[in-house]
Amino acid sequence: MKVLVAVKRVVDYNVKVRVKADNSGVDLANVKMSMNPFCEIAVEEAVRLKEKGVATEIVVVSIGPTSAQEQLRTALALGADRAILVESAEELNSLAVAKLLNAVVAKEQPQLVILGKQAIDSDNNQTGQMLAALSGFAQGTFASKVEVSGDKVAVTREIDGGLQTVSLSLPAVVTTDLRLNEPRYASLPNIMKAKKKPLEVLTPDALGVSTASTTKTIKVEAPAARSAGIKVKSVAELVEKLKNEAKVI
Amino acid sequence: MTILVIAEHDNAALAPATLNTVAAAAKIGGDIHVLVAGAGASAVADAAGKVAGVAKVLVADNAAYAHQLPENIAPLVVELAGGYSHILAAATSNGKNILPRVAALLDVDQISEIISVESADTFKRPIYAGNAIATVQSSASIKVITVRATGFDPVAAEGGSAAVEAVSAAHDAGKSSFVGEELAQSDRPELTAAKIVVSGGRGMQNGDNFKHLYTLADKLGAAVGASRAAVDAGFVPNDMQVGQTGKIVAPQLYIAVGISGAIQHLAGMKDSKVIVAINKDEEAPIFQVADYGLVADLFEAIPELEKLV
Repeated sequence: MKVLVAVKRVVDYNVKVRVKADNSGVDLANVKMSMNPFCEIAVEEAVRLKEKGVATEIVVVSIGPTSAQEQLRTALALGADRAILVESAEELNSLAVAKLLNAVVAKEQPQLVILGKQAIDSDNNQTGQMLAALSGFAQGTFASKVEVSGDKVAVTREIDGGLQTVSLSLPAVVTTDLRLNEPRYASLPNIMKAKKKPLEVLTPDALGVSTASTTKTIKVEAPAARSAGIKVKSVAELVEKLKNEAKVI
Repeated sequence: MTILVIAEHDNAALAPATLNTVAAAAKIGGDIHVLVAGAGASAVADAAGKVAGVAKVLVADNAAYAHQLPENIAPLVVELAGGYSHILAAATSNGKNILPRVAALLDVDQISEIISVESADTFKRPIYAGNAIATVQSSASIKVITVRATGFDPVAAEGGSAAVEAVSAAHDAGKSSFVGEELAQSDRPELTAAKIVVSGGRGMQNGDNFKHLYTLADKLGAAVGASRAAVDAGFVPNDMQVGQTGKIVAPQLYIAVGISGAIQHLAGMKDSKVIVAINKDEEAPIFQVADYGLVADLFEAIPELEKLV
């Protein structure tokens, strides 16, 4: 079966971001960018499905600026077969991304779509669910285990109280949690080979999708700073402070 | 304006996060209706009717809704959505699972994890693991929003007397089915609602050592959390994880034991009133946010702390 994986180019998770002085957003000039960690897990899961003989082809798709080709090449180096970039210079909301992905799904007809559960920049946790709604597919969100058998996929999900397993009819959308797998590193020969793999570039217009949005960001601020407190010398002093100064125990 | 709040529950009891969500709805203003979708959830409906500020409770009782499968619940919410200006749910795993599906079916953007209501169409939410706060405005005809529970003080669970009305609509998409679940059992307070949280990190070294934290927590009436490092190392189950990708807590007192303080962890606890860090590494970033820091070996400090409290 064909597996479609969506990946996003985001600020590297180790970067401590700064809010711009004019409160228009976060300063991303000259900041290290990487593939969103949850998306890496999605790519790894697809590659493992191919290694098990479940998946026959892995198509990786990204929606974003021209530079997102780097993340697509990374996914190709990890084992994806071909890539699609839907180029959009402006930052899109989850619904617009879901609509574009839905157009790609209609074109590619995958049996399984794997996404990360959330992007670490917008922290929305929406796109997979929205894509499932638009395509009419079942959804297995926050997956920590995925098992395909016949025309069903069993997904073990991380829920608030523990784990839940659901069985979904294919085609389905799965979003990955951190514990689904440990992504591999791309080897140098695979990075070289990835350069020769096909990468198709599309536009929202070509897909006939409107990316209009009902939400706008008015301002972005730094959170209230939390200053360092004091260091205590002993456990006794700590308990004394908590009891008499902070009055929390 | 009328606001629909989707109740968080397990068919037996109303989850406390619902009270925080109703509080957010009250800040928006207007009549508040609560939807209880489940199977055999009459006790939940009764509890929802008693919540302060709730005008009406809608109960959709059907086997298809028993396990909160989004394929079945989302069409139900969409069917009811016509009469509402806002649809709210707690940013729990259920709320996050269901609401974006509802928003897409209504063809509107969804706003995730709001921490404050500025006006009926303007909200604040954290982005970049809580390192920036965005103010967003929605022009959607129906505003679909998840609420971060720690951003709102809960309304009273008693005092209301809302009418309970049955909703007959049954949606069974037939695309998904519940297979089973493994819930972690604990007598301690729920992590997201606890007044005191004691969390352990990689410094605990193994799962057995967490028993020191459990005894301390039991003495304090606290819940026990963990960093991702402790969860990934298999010390504790993942539903104990505090952080950007785990649970968000804001207790009166947060005690971080053997946790370095990566930004992903801080995102989940930096709104705690008082933060205590116990770590033997003086340079650990956790000390930059801790009100009280103790540089010590946790295996000596924790038993002593337990004796003194």
